[in-house]
Amino acid sequence: MVPVSAPSHLTARERARRAARGGASRSVPAPLLVPALIAVGFLVLPLVGLLIRAPWSHMGAALSGSDATQALILSLWTASASTAISLVIGVPLAWVLARSSFPGQRLLRALVTLPLVLPPVVGGVALLLAFGRTGFLGQYLDSWFGLTIPFTPLAVVMAETFVAMPFLIITVEGALRSADQGFEEAAATLGAKRMTVFRRVTLPLVAPSLGAGGVLCWARALGEFGATITFAGSFPGQTETMPIAVYYALETDPDAAIALSLVLLVVSIAVLISLRDHWLRGGSAA
Amino acid sequence: MRRFAVIAAGLAAVAVAGCSSSGSGSSPSGASSSPSAASTGTITVFAAASLMGTFTQLGTQFEAAHPGDTVKFSFGPSSGLSTQITSGAPADVFASAAPANMNTVVSAGDAANPQDFAKNTMEVATPPNNPGKVDSVTDLAKKSVKVALCQPQVPCGVVAAEVFKNASIKVKPVTLQPDVKSVLTQVETGNVDAGMVYVTDVMAAGAKVKGVSIPASDNASTLYPIATISDSKHKSIAQAFVAYVLSPAGQQVLTAAGFQKP
Repeated sequence: MVPVSAPSHLTARERARRAARGGASRSVPAPLLVPALIAVGFLVLPLVGLLIRAPWSHMGAALSGSDATQALILSLWTASASTAISLVIGVPLAWVLARSSFPGQRLLRALVTLPLVLPPVVGGVALLLAFGRTGFLGQYLDSWFGLTIPFTPLAVVMAETFVAMPFLIITVEGALRSADQGFEEAAATLGAKRMTVFRRVTLPLVAPSLGAGGVLCWARALGEFGATITFAGSFPGQTETMPIAVYYALETDPDAAIALSLVLLVVSIAVLISLRDHWLRGGSAA
Repeated sequence: MRRFAVIAAGLAAVAVAGCSSSGSGSSPSGASSSPSAASTGTITVFAAASLMGTFTQLGTQFEAAHPGDTVKFSFGPSSGLSTQITSGAPADVFASAAPANMNTVVSAGDAANPQDFAKNTMEVATPPNNPGKVDSVTDLAKKSVKVALCQPQVPCGVVAAEVFKNASIKVKPVTLQPDVKSVLTQVETGNVDAGMVYVTDVMAAGAKVKGVSIPASDNASTLYPIATISDSKHKSIAQAFVAYVLSPAGQQVLTAAGFQKP
């Protein structure tokens, strides 16, 4: 976890960074400059390709010809729902991981952050085996309540939450660990109950990380493909999210696929802008 | 200086080894057969998902008949495979589950003179216990029956739509799957009550699904064309594989799996 420095110290370091960056720009050694330029090209050129091939003249037609609008609406609300769920259940988990100690805590942390490194398709298969109609939990949902989760927007939200929530958990946990606990202790000394301290002191203290983790979680949910198509299937308006729509559009209507990709690119840039205080300036990530 | 020579020799040996292994495929036996003929190598066959079982078997038989040659497969939806080929994917042979997708490849100049090698018809597949009580294709129109279909651009989706048109029914699926094998998987895992797949898929799945046949008057079929890809680096092997699929031995494998003659 990256330690968060006190604000005053951070500003000083920030200033030092900028000074160093400005001073070094005239003398980047070639062994560093060449690979760095290759890296820039590798990351930027594909996006240039997207912009060059974009059907600018008939963008509207390309977008309306597909199920773009309903896919975008579905993607936006399911990603928002999974972020909301992650905030409600993920933040308390982050607090448990950061502030309490119990046997097996490290194992628990490893387990709940596993989806970060797990291939999303594997997550989808796992969800299907647990909550599918014949899954070990899903079969009871089906036979007792007649509730079938796969192929519903609920399945999309579940798949996205499974994949995205760990991003929020580790971001918030890191912030909680490095936050100054003195304020919380002071509040407790002054007679505040533990929940009051959590609500009035802890949460405001980690608010920036809560925001950053939430946006990160939302962006990951928006881009979710593997777990979603495996667990939720694909049907326009029901479970066909933007990434899935892009994937299928490429088979039938490449122009529409490019147009849809551009929409996602714009959304991603918007996310980056909203995160600029955290990432683009460098320094402390948490 | 001497050290340099040793390193150079080592590098040369590695380079030679690398060249010979890439030239003759991964099988060690390829290196032992005469390299001057340049007839051995590895070809990649892009084939419709519904051909997974039969083509895997044909590949094994072809390799046995042509020592040193290796056949690799990429199975998927014909629509997706044709897009990959026209985008420059390294295929040597394309076997499509519908003429339309083959035509895409031909009109892009990536293949010529496709030949039809098989025909397939549709069947309804249900889980063995048939939870949706599907007894005929018209049952798929019921609201209570959860149906999986192929994407509308995939051949199995196109043919399924024809069947529904012939039977004058409207089916609202719960999911549109990327290819016919994934429709079958949804049926096998019991997540849907029924799926529209090919006769050959029901046969290949054995006891894992139950087939509900579609009356001939309502059923629809699709033709399977095959062609070599123009950019193939192993044209002769690719042509030999196509010839093998069309040969009596190849047709026997296809017929045994439930395919019809074109």
